[in-house]
Amino acid sequence: MTRTMSEAPTLPAPRGPVSEAVLSVLRGDRPALPAVDGSAPYGEDLQLALYCCYELHYRGFREVDPDREWDPAVLRIRAELEGLFLSALRDDVPAGADVGSELDALLVEHVDAFGVSHHLRRHGQLWQLREYVAHRSLYHLKEADPQTFVIPRLNGPPKAALVTVQHDEYGAGAPERAHSKLFADMMTELGLCTDYGAYLDSAPAEILAEVNLMSLCGLHRGLRGALIGQFATIELTSSPGSDRLVKAMRRLGCSPAALRFYAEHVEADAVHEQLVRRGVIAPLLSAEPELAPDVVFGIRASMFLAARSDDLLLRHWNRGESSFRDGVDGRKP
Amino acid sequence: MAEARRRVIVTGEGPILVYGPVDVEMPDGTRVHSDRVVTALCACGRSRHRPFCDTSHRRRVRDDEGKEHGP
Ligand SMILES: [Fe+2]
Ligand SMILES: [Fe+2]
Repeated sequence: MTRTMSEAPTLPAPRGPVSEAVLSVLRGDRPALPAVDGSAPYGEDLQLALYCCYELHYRGFREVDPDREWDPAVLRIRAELEGLFLSALRDDVPAGADVGSELDALLVEHVDAFGVSHHLRRHGQLWQLREYVAHRSLYHLKEADPQTFVIPRLNGPPKAALVTVQHDEYGAGAPERAHSKLFADMMTELGLCTDYGAYLDSAPAEILAEVNLMSLCGLHRGLRGALIGQFATIELTSSPGSDRLVKAMRRLGCSPAALRFYAEHVEADAVHEQLVRRGVIAPLLSAEPELAPDVVFGIRASMFLAARSDDLLLRHWNRGESSFRDGVDGRKP
Repeated sequence: MAEARRRVIVTGEGPILVYGPVDVEMPDGTRVHSDRVVTALCACGRSRHRPFCDTSHRRRVRDDEGKEHGP
């Protein structure tokens, strides 16, 4: 069950001409590269291609030479994909520079809001919870890693506070308490496969886009303000959302061991919220006030992509359909 | 020594933040501990995870009426 780096995931199936070309570049071929500029920025083909380029900076793929990580051919196509994704996001989310009121808005609980966690709490079914957890595994099995890329791009108090949060995410010295490990334990309890990358083929573009935004902002120093906005969005909204998921799992009769991941996040993220606002954002903006528009962009882009994922899942489930794109169904283990 | 004193932040909006591991004695004499680097202790009285903060102090609104909702 414990997999080493050498047991990296296998490459996913392509979803169109661009991902097909990227996969063959990763395998070491030199195909004629298709024009990227016509691809839908949030579409399956582009998001999968981008996800695979980024994965080289995490655990890589079994069939891919680790040296591809810095291969100019990969970086060139990645830059084109990033350009399309980023400019679509810049067009789709309104610009702003008032970080304080943006954070205040995230701290208000909307009693009648309706997202995936609200649905699961009130009347979601076990197979829907399993699908949600499988989709989320793309991030949570590498939880906190995309945000760790920002550490060397910070200095002084914001760096110290961000590392304090990350230390907690990684288990505060106890690997069995790392959030990625608690997530894997929950997957086991739910009968899901805990292999890193096991649900990549199942995940629709909307889910990939959320992880791609984290990788994009984490890997570009110029987007560090946006990374901090993305980080704040997770930490500020996670505690109440996790509480709804704990209630959903109790209602569905899940074991106490399965509940641990979300129960831990109710308390941990109540602390992380405070550290992010007081320890990271406040001193960062007083030292570098010019980062404010990018922090707002990071918050709004995260919320925008999260809403797209919520819509997609609820649309499928309302029709009684699986949200897995490969026909594997959350109803069957 | 001032440096050895524990840092405590009274946020005024919700929890009290305590730096370092804490051992909390509850009204019924039971003890709860937290070994987080920072612990958020509930100071609003609404947490269902007392003595720890669970963000229940946050303002709640009902969007269809646009007005505040009780805790
Ligand atoms: Fe976490
Ligand atoms: Fe967190």
